[in-house]
Amino acid sequence: MSATQKTSRTPRRYGMVIDLDRCTGCGACVIACAAENNVAPGAARENDRNSISLLRVFTLNNPTAAGRRTAFLPMMCMQCEHETPCVTVCPQQAVELDVLSGIVEQMPQRCLGCRYCMTACPYHARSFNWGDPSWPAGMEATLNPAVAPRMRGVVEKCDFCQSRLHAAQDAAAVNGSLDPGIYTPACVEACPTQAITFGDWNDPEGALAKSGETFAWLEGLGTQPKVRYRSGQNWLHEMAERGGAAPAKEERHG
Amino acid sequence: MRVLIAFLLGLAGSLAFGWWGFPQLLYQREPQPLQYNHKIHIEKGSMECSSCHEVAADGQFAGIPRTASCGACHAEPLGKTEAEKILVTSYVAPERELDWKVYSRQPMNVRFSHAVHVNKAAMKCEECHGGRGSATAAEPFYRNRVTGESRNVWGPRMIRVGLKPGEGMKMSDCESCHEQKGVSAGCLGCHR
Ligand code: HEC
Ligand code: HEC
Ligand code: HEC
Ligand code: HEC
Ligand code: HEC
Repeated sequence: MSATQKTSRTPRRYGMVIDLDRCTGCGACVIACAAENNVAPGAARENDRNSISLLRVFTLNNPTAAGRRTAFLPMMCMQCEHETPCVTVCPQQAVELDVLSGIVEQMPQRCLGCRYCMTACPYHARSFNWGDPSWPAGMEATLNPAVAPRMRGVVEKCDFCQSRLHAAQDAAAVNGSLDPGIYTPACVEACPTQAITFGDWNDPEGALAKSGETFAWLEGLGTQPKVRYRSGQNWLHEMAERGGAAPAKEERHG
Repeated sequence: MRVLIAFLLGLAGSLAFGWWGFPQLLYQREPQPLQYNHKIHIEKGSMECSSCHEVAADGQFAGIPRTASCGACHAEPLGKTEAEKILVTSYVAPERELDWKVYSRQPMNVRFSHAVHVNKAAMKCEECHGGRGSATAAEPFYRNRVTGESRNVWGPRMIRVGLKPGEGMKMSDCESCHEQKGVSAGCLGCHR
């Protein structure tokens, strides 16, 4: 960002608050995300570790016998703001934190596929394209023309539906502004219980500021994620500090 | 002396190959489906650019108009030209779309917004497309055989110097205008 920049855009810090008490684990957001972002259907060889998932929903079980409960944890790129781990480690500068949107931008064109960022990400929110994407015959017609499919050998992750940000900016430009404003990412739109609130942390009057007390997953790492959670259940707060129970207790979903 | 001559001949040969032969091999010429005449529509049809290339209220750019919009005037030939006859009989009457080749088409992963440049920044079409909008004929289209992209992205000459507007639109061309105007778009501002 040059010091001479003249664009009329006010910097935004896009983020989310996800209400875990509202999430039913239905997985509609996962499907909407994949459809929006042209994620190809998994090949037969794909499993938990080598598939592409920009958004996942984990099942969490309360480990204490007394209050046996289950909750669901939607998790995408947390858009960390402080010493963003993936940005720091990338040898290619293929990841950067956009100062105008606060979004951690992933550039497949520059990515060399070393996957260092995947190791660095505390949330495992990144996926690697082990193969070229392929769609069953006829399904290509349903692709989203505003999103370029990623090629083999690069890492990808959630970018808060950049194509929708672009569309919102185009609409604003007709009225003489470059500010995309508060647009709606695909997962937010798809959620039947409206568990996900999308907004701008810079806006003191906005929906995020009004969402009450929130917590981050693994807050202690100090990466200042812009995706935060909300819940009235104490055990979820505790689990968030520890980063979930032992992995064996979590099973992936979607 | 003989060595020098041989060297100069060799040099001339390689330069000729690099600057003339290589582009011939690299680019494939593809005809436009119809000789479209911009000038006649602006002058005789008294049309504006926006009547065909509109930016809609939601910011979407219409691109090149569909055949149905030509049919409004060309249900029957207005003039006597061969091109118009082809348009009426082969496209408008059977309601077939024309397969226009877009000179300025960018690679799939580039996001370009006409709303931002034309509406917000009030730029003229000529600043990026040169004289295409007032030409009397559609010039030939060249496709790069390796990448499948339009030659226009690189520009007509192998050495990228003295490019006129509409002759080249590589990332560095977008960036150099942005730098002059103090614009900064992040990677994902121009990419998708
Ligand atoms: C009657 C409808 C019509 C009007 C009015 C019109 N155009 Fe076009 N335009 C077309 C068609 C059809 C094409 C595709 C054929 C071609 O490339 O010449 C085209 C192509 C173009 C292209 C080439 C895009 C590319 O990269 O391939 C440019 C630039 C353009 N028009 C600019 C203009 C400008 C500037 C004006 C106003 C002065 C204008 N047009 C008015 C129909 C129109
Ligand atoms: C507003 C009415 C109007 C529309 C819409 C329109 N045209 Fe025309 N077009 C004209 C007029 C007027 C002429 C000039 C006829 C003449 O006198 O020769 C013309 C001439 C032409 C010619 C012959 C020109 C030449 O010199 O070779 C072609 C080809 C043509 N138009 C193609 C198109 C196409 C393709 C479209 C749709 C993208 C289109 N027109 C839309 C009014 C229109
Ligand atoms: C800042 C440079 C710039 C300006 C100004 C500009 N264009 Fe373009 N135009 C482009 C680029 C780049 C593309 C290719 C976009 C792509 O492939 O996504 C393009 C594409 C087009 C196309 C083909 C679009 C398609 O999708 O088929 C037309 C037609 C066109 N422009 C017309 C115009 C007209 C008319 C104006 C003036 C109102 C204009 N342009 C102003 C840069 C510009
Ligand atoms: C001849 C000059 C010129 C060229 C060439 C040009 N642009 Fe621009 N662009 C501008 C100007 C001026 C603005 C700023 C609009 C404003 O702030 O009023 C802009 C703004 C933008 C923005 C929005 C920036 C923001 O703050 O969000 C994007 C994205 C963009 N241009 C993409 C492109 C791409 C992609 C190309 C090349 C295909 C390109 N531009 C070529 C002049 C140009
Ligand atoms: C102002 C708009 C703009 C910005 C900002 C921009 N790009 Fe590009 N980029 C383009 C355009 C247009 C192309 C396609 C034309 C070309 O090949 O140069 C492109 C092509 C590329 C290519 C392929 C180049 C080639 O020659 O094949 C890479 C890699 C790339 N961009 C990376 C980046 C990265 C990384 C950033 C952020 C630091 C970035 N771009 C920012 C407009 C932009």
